[in-house]
Amino acid sequence: MSTILLIEQVLNGLQSGIMLFLMAAGLTLIFGVMGLINLAHGSLYMVGAFAAAAVAAATGSFVLALVAALVAAAAAGAIIELVVIRRLYDRDHLDQVLATFALILIFSEGTRWVFGSFPLYLDVPAALSGPVTLPGGILYPAYRLLIIAVGLVIAAGLFALIAKTRIGIQIRAGEADREMIAALGVDISKLYTMVFALGAALAGLAGALVGAIQSVQVGMGEPVLILAFVVIVIGGIGSIKGALVGALLVGLTDTLGSVLLPIFFASFMDQSSATAVGSALATMSIYILMAGVLLFKPTGLFGKA
Amino acid sequence: MKFTSLVMAAGFAALAAGGVQADGHGGKVKVGMITTLSGGGAGLGLDVRDGFMLAVKGNEAIELVVEDDQRKPEIAVQLADKMIQSEKVDVLTGIIWSNLAMAVVPAATAQGKFYLSPNAGPSALAGKGCNPLYFNVSWQNDAFNEAAGAWSNENGIEKVFLMAPNYPAGQDMIAGFKRTYEGTVTEEVYTKLGQTDYAAEIAQIRASDADTVYFFLPGGMGISFMKQYAGSGVDKNVMGPAFSFDQGILGAIGDAALGVKNTSHWSKDLDVPGNAEFVEAFQAEYDRLPSLYAAQGYDTGLLLASAAAKADVKDADAFRAALAEADFQSVRGKFSFGANQHPVQDIYMREVVKEGDVVTNKSLGVAASDHTDVYGAECSM
Repeated sequence: MSTILLIEQVLNGLQSGIMLFLMAAGLTLIFGVMGLINLAHGSLYMVGAFAAAAVAAATGSFVLALVAALVAAAAAGAIIELVVIRRLYDRDHLDQVLATFALILIFSEGTRWVFGSFPLYLDVPAALSGPVTLPGGILYPAYRLLIIAVGLVIAAGLFALIAKTRIGIQIRAGEADREMIAALGVDISKLYTMVFALGAALAGLAGALVGAIQSVQVGMGEPVLILAFVVIVIGGIGSIKGALVGALLVGLTDTLGSVLLPIFFASFMDQSSATAVGSALATMSIYILMAGVLLFKPTGLFGKA
Repeated sequence: MKFTSLVMAAGFAALAAGGVQADGHGGKVKVGMITTLSGGGAGLGLDVRDGFMLAVKGNEAIELVVEDDQRKPEIAVQLADKMIQSEKVDVLTGIIWSNLAMAVVPAATAQGKFYLSPNAGPSALAGKGCNPLYFNVSWQNDAFNEAAGAWSNENGIEKVFLMAPNYPAGQDMIAGFKRTYEGTVTEEVYTKLGQTDYAAEIAQIRASDADTVYFFLPGGMGISFMKQYAGSGVDKNVMGPAFSFDQGILGAIGDAALGVKNTSHWSKDLDVPGNAEFVEAFQAEYDRLPSLYAAQGYDTGLLLASAAAKADVKDADAFRAALAEADFQSVRGKFSFGANQHPVQDIYMREVVKEGDVVTNKSLGVAASDHTDVYGAECSM
């Protein structure tokens, strides 16, 4: 394999990792601060994508579509926090899983009811639709570069928010001791709604950005949700830094695994069985990675014991 | 518009029901339809259901019960049991996916129920597992791909890059293409089932010296791949079986699909008797263009109505003989059953084009004439 192809695949891995980070960041924030397992996070991703597709179809503007995705997902997140999630903080994880699983079904059938059963159309804006030439003669889709850039900006913004701002201090305090910060006069339920809406907005943005290069359809969030859970388990539950490192690891392993493993096996097997074995192993690679990490670091790379 | 469809359906109903009253045999046929009506694959099940309902609309000889399998084999099995035991249906139909068909069909035929497949044709049911009560009204999984391979030989396609998800239907499709294709296969890539990002594969396609990419990626996978492929600047030809380019999906891919060649047994512009009327009636009734799934559901309905008019379903041998005659005007044109009760039909090459604002398919001609599957030889019944 040529170096150019390898660099291109590394970029692909980075891009898929960054996208996963947007999903995983919200998930890990919600779990870390509120102790809640939110299976409906994938539905918020779907809400973002559908909102973007609807607004893009109505106005033709991709920027407005992204704004709509952020607003719709944040609003959906705030509403389910107020109506459903709020009642689950003191319950055990099994009750949370049951209730948020019900939310997945409600969101899926609700979306189908509103938008119909057929996938929607959402495309990248014309200005970003083609490839650009990177140094070294690598052709790479402009839109994917944008995704990498947007993801990095958001990651930096999140770190700044958590580390430098008053809200960040409250979030970290809420994570450590929720009774104490309530006693200190912080409106904890408002804080929870805000964190939940923030996580939802990130998921919605990811849904809209990815929806433009993938399919906008009912049930699109669940496969990503599974990967996002793998990411936060690897990174350490509740850690934003862990989510970033975990997402990049998963993205790179997944992409490079599917490309390199068949080539590796082809070096000592015949072509068709190498393809079969390589593809099968590539499918498992991220789970093997997760098992490996948990073996040496049972709380994840950046998890607190 | 509503009126024309009513008249048409009434016409078909009269054709079908006329026989019932005239010669006295042929009571009611109770049909159980198990199909996917919720979740991501719901568009396919809806099309099959709506096509079927259009074909039997107003036909008093046919009573229909529809249930949603949610694309889950275990639910499909439960529904089949319920329909057979408490609803007492005579005929089952509707399943979209090969894995669900494998879970339901052998059990249903073992209990003496007819099964008409409006979609999905796993090789296991065409060969050794064939059954006198199982009729496939759609295609065997390999069919479109064998036709595409044959077409490629004649149209100067010398090197292909093959891609499909790593599961039985994906492997069948690739095997079908390779069975007839005589050129060079440069790469053969199996992706994850349900994969949404194809950047890695597109990079391999860019580096490959193939002139054509041949892929089978049904549903959302195909939408994702085509959108990403269009943005990548790779300009190799794209070809595949029709499943990634049916009417329900094209709207979501948009202009990125233009020019793609795909093989299908049906196209909305086929000049065969009844097809234009079907397209018009379907649009009038449901306010969308029919897909190949709708055409299959429609043909399944017509087939059933033709058999119900000739024989009583309680007399299994006579009903089976009536089904085997395939005495109906298929919207695909020629249609008959081979010895293993799978279709013998023409397969066409289509191209994705834009008609006004609508992205749709145009047929280019026959890719394989009177095509039948290779598994029939292993079938003895």
